[in-house]
Amino acid sequence: MDLSAINPVLLIAAIISAATPVLLAAIGETVVEKSGVLNLGVEGMMIIGAVTGFIVAVNTGDPLIGFAMAAVGGAGLSLLFAFLTQVALANQVASGLALTLFGLGLSALMGQSYVGIKPPRMPDMPFGDLPNMPVIGPIVFGHDAIVYVGLLLVALTWAVLKFTRAGLILRAVGENHDAAHALGYKVKRIRTMAIMFGGACAGLGGAHISLIRVPQWTEGMTAGVGWIALALVVFASWKPWRVLLGAYLFGGISQLQLNLQGAGVAIPVEYLAMSPYIVTIVVLVILSADKSRAPASLGRTFHASG
Amino acid sequence: MIRLEKRPQVSAFMSYATPVLAVLATFAAGGVLFYLLGKDPVQSIITIFYDPIFGEFSFYYRPQLLIKGAPLILIAIGLAMGFKAGIWNIGAEGQYIVGAICGAAAGLAFYPMEAVWIFPLMIAAGAFGGWLWAMIPAFLKVRFGTNEILVSLMLVYVAEQLLASMSLGLLKNPEGFGFPGSRNLQQYASAHNAEIVAGTGMHWGVVAALIAVIFAYVLLTRHRLGFAIRVTGEAPRAAHFAGVNAARLTFFCLGMSGLLAGLAGMFEVSGPAGQISIDFNVGYGFTAIIVAFLGRLHPIGIVLAGLLMALTYIGGDIAQSQLQLPAAAIQVFQGMLLFFLLAFDFFTNYRFRFGFRRAV
Amino acid sequence: MKFGKLLTSAVLALGLAGGAAFAQDKTKVGFVYVGPVGDGGWTYEHDQGRKAVEEAFGDAVETVYVENVAEGPDSERVMTQMALDGADLIFTTSFGYMDPTINVAAKFPNVKFEHATGYKRADNVSTYSARFYEGRAVQGHIAGKMTKSNIVGYIASFPIPEVIRGINSAYLHASKVNPDVEFKIIWVYTWFDPAKEADAAKALIEQGADVVLQHTDSTAPQAAAAEAGGVVTFGQASDMAEYGPFPRVSSIIDNWAPYYVARTKAVMDGTWESVDTWDGIPTGMVEIGEITDAVPADVKEEALAMIEAMRTGAYHPFTGPINKQDGSAWLGEGETADDGTLAGMSFYIEGVDGEIPN
Repeated sequence: MDLSAINPVLLIAAIISAATPVLLAAIGETVVEKSGVLNLGVEGMMIIGAVTGFIVAVNTGDPLIGFAMAAVGGAGLSLLFAFLTQVALANQVASGLALTLFGLGLSALMGQSYVGIKPPRMPDMPFGDLPNMPVIGPIVFGHDAIVYVGLLLVALTWAVLKFTRAGLILRAVGENHDAAHALGYKVKRIRTMAIMFGGACAGLGGAHISLIRVPQWTEGMTAGVGWIALALVVFASWKPWRVLLGAYLFGGISQLQLNLQGAGVAIPVEYLAMSPYIVTIVVLVILSADKSRAPASLGRTFHASG
Repeated sequence: MIRLEKRPQVSAFMSYATPVLAVLATFAAGGVLFYLLGKDPVQSIITIFYDPIFGEFSFYYRPQLLIKGAPLILIAIGLAMGFKAGIWNIGAEGQYIVGAICGAAAGLAFYPMEAVWIFPLMIAAGAFGGWLWAMIPAFLKVRFGTNEILVSLMLVYVAEQLLASMSLGLLKNPEGFGFPGSRNLQQYASAHNAEIVAGTGMHWGVVAALIAVIFAYVLLTRHRLGFAIRVTGEAPRAAHFAGVNAARLTFFCLGMSGLLAGLAGMFEVSGPAGQISIDFNVGYGFTAIIVAFLGRLHPIGIVLAGLLMALTYIGGDIAQSQLQLPAAAIQVFQGMLLFFLLAFDFFTNYRFRFGFRRAV
Repeated sequence: MKFGKLLTSAVLALGLAGGAAFAQDKTKVGFVYVGPVGDGGWTYEHDQGRKAVEEAFGDAVETVYVENVAEGPDSERVMTQMALDGADLIFTTSFGYMDPTINVAAKFPNVKFEHATGYKRADNVSTYSARFYEGRAVQGHIAGKMTKSNIVGYIASFPIPEVIRGINSAYLHASKVNPDVEFKIIWVYTWFDPAKEADAAKALIEQGADVVLQHTDSTAPQAAAAEAGGVVTFGQASDMAEYGPFPRVSSIIDNWAPYYVARTKAVMDGTWESVDTWDGIPTGMVEIGEITDAVPADVKEEALAMIEAMRTGAYHPFTGPINKQDGSAWLGEGETADDGTLAGMSFYIEGVDGEIPN
């Protein structure tokens, strides 16, 4: 056993990078759920984003265009969910599960001829020599653009939800859609926009896996990250900063267990792999005592009668 | 001008017509997909939907429908009771796994002893395992108000790790040359959930599914508890005033769905699957959620929906091998079917009205 | 087995009735895959083998496959369906298909089955597997020579004999040429999860590994090494040539094509027999991908010589003296490991740090 082999600075930098896909997907889903909609199709939207981003990046040679189109792709798929739940008033849980099934299949079809290809490399951030600074360098400046986009989105979501009129309306729709409707807000339009935002974020997160973290395209490569994002939203009790904290905690535990293994610590791997989920449950229980709770209209269908 | 209006009552005609319309729409959209992939659309759809039931080898595929459909139906029945009451158990997959582990462990503990009580004991252990796994979210919800969707979902991942640990450790076949996976229960007569009549696909899990359907039907339509479930789902406050004990209902609904999912896992591991292995679970717990909704949370609807899903799996595999359709195309096709079924459901509850709204 | 008889008699009846109409001149070969053909690794290479069969026999064969087949009852159904549809030979390409293959084979005595990586056979069921540890020996040698930090990272999937054998073989040959070498092993508990594999590779590199071996199927560790720079990797399951000439300096390729072609030929000729095949470098089932010029010339020569010695049978990777991890003797001087022990290997050899999980 040699714990000194673990470099804490690099570990922290790795956690920040590894947490980005789940962070992006979760921050999008937070907004969706704040508007009172539960979309269980995150995994499907992520993988569509992963494949769309990959195909576009390979064909244009520009990863940034790839990321942009990944967001469009994710949002596009989410429109299907929006149609089912907001127009056809179908059950959200079932629609979300169906969306994941559909997305996994469609992405595999789309990506058939892109297996075994290397995507273009993401350009470095224009930080010059900053990433070489001790400690702060790798942690603060050593990342790709999408990592910073993710952080920015967290801050933006927090600010919009908390301080703006748009955020207020979104929360009102999520808390009580009938009252919001009575006040003259277009419940369905607002929810559709929230769903598309969620889809775009999930798409970005998926593309981060296929273009930066791995980077390659293979079927089913998101491997359950979308589900973890769903868990994260509740873990964070629908608060953007807690989503960030949760993403680092989740990413941190899995990174730490890999590093501990590398350092030769004899740990029961399965039990450590369980631990993020058990920790989530424990946190959920602790948070239940807290005032923060789910948006009151979460998962309920809205139809303006009369 | 066209506008949308909620029907005062669910349309009986539409509730029968919409599934048919949805399936027809799927044929059309799926046909286009298959055509784009360079396959004969009509042949593809016949292969998926017709051949397993009426084709040359239907004597083999019809029983397979029961084998594939039974766990889906068994789990979905349990879930539907909770969903009706607004209690969301998303973690049936985990309860299915734990039921299978407990059931198999109970049987293997007595290997190689042969006795008639071993199989009943395994059934009890499987049911208990699933029940216990579902009691965790139930207890946390009642005691702390914790969201059961999340807790039950989290427990799926915990159960999957537990499964890997069991296949590689405690339940590993000592005569398996170090390979992962338990002994095969098909080769242990007392623990084998064999077909009751060979070649029919009827194993004890199918029987259990049938009993569960009847039980749920009677419970929901004839029993006071069924009334409590419905009223809680539709109007929780009214339920409170009607004297429904919310905590007890939570325990019942989650416990029941966990128990049935555990049973499904136990019957699967001791019958068709035969052994505990790392990849033992194939997503029945999640598919069953879709089945429950496609069946409109009604026991008979769930039976039909479960068989329909089973058909698309079986027919899909045949289409892969005979027509060389990629597995992904089958997945997309299934997704389409679900979308259309969900979207068309709309017409059972709403209708279009032509003309202007009268002034109120 | 009443049902089995029913099935076979149905097949026989159909065969007789349809004999004239279908004119059984084509040999039909079925393949059951555990993953998608686009996984770029395990299933991809089996599908390359299927394509080789088509190429070798042209119109004389018809191949069919079903991908993403779950182990258990689904695989049993897919195999039965292929047999019903008239397959003469069925390859089942995952360890978990073992019992289903035996079950279905019992119902169709006239259909030949080939099960990959298992240990159960029958009159119409052969087993086949590859001696990947021979390739690991070559990798270990190159790794031992090329590491400067003396730390070799190893991404392992599940603690099963196949993987443990690979670790032992690689360590044995690395430590032979570099006694100071140390292996850091991370168990990821998956065969294929690109994100997790990438994370594991990065963790190993951050802990000082400058050679990373992988027993998982995605190219994610290659990309992680390329990004880090100065880290040597090897392709796994397929060549992964897109990451050559550096970081990928060589690879182990599962080349099933010669075996699949030979077995199909045997069915056509009526000479098929149930056999247990465990082939490696000599028959080409295990292929060593091109050793690039990033490897120093003398090391490359030694590696090629080792490959040649294994090809001719002059060298066995597990040749004593070798002790087990606890120091007890396993193989004496000049003694080679028997296949039985290798097949069920569940111990580390002396010098490997850490414990096997469970």
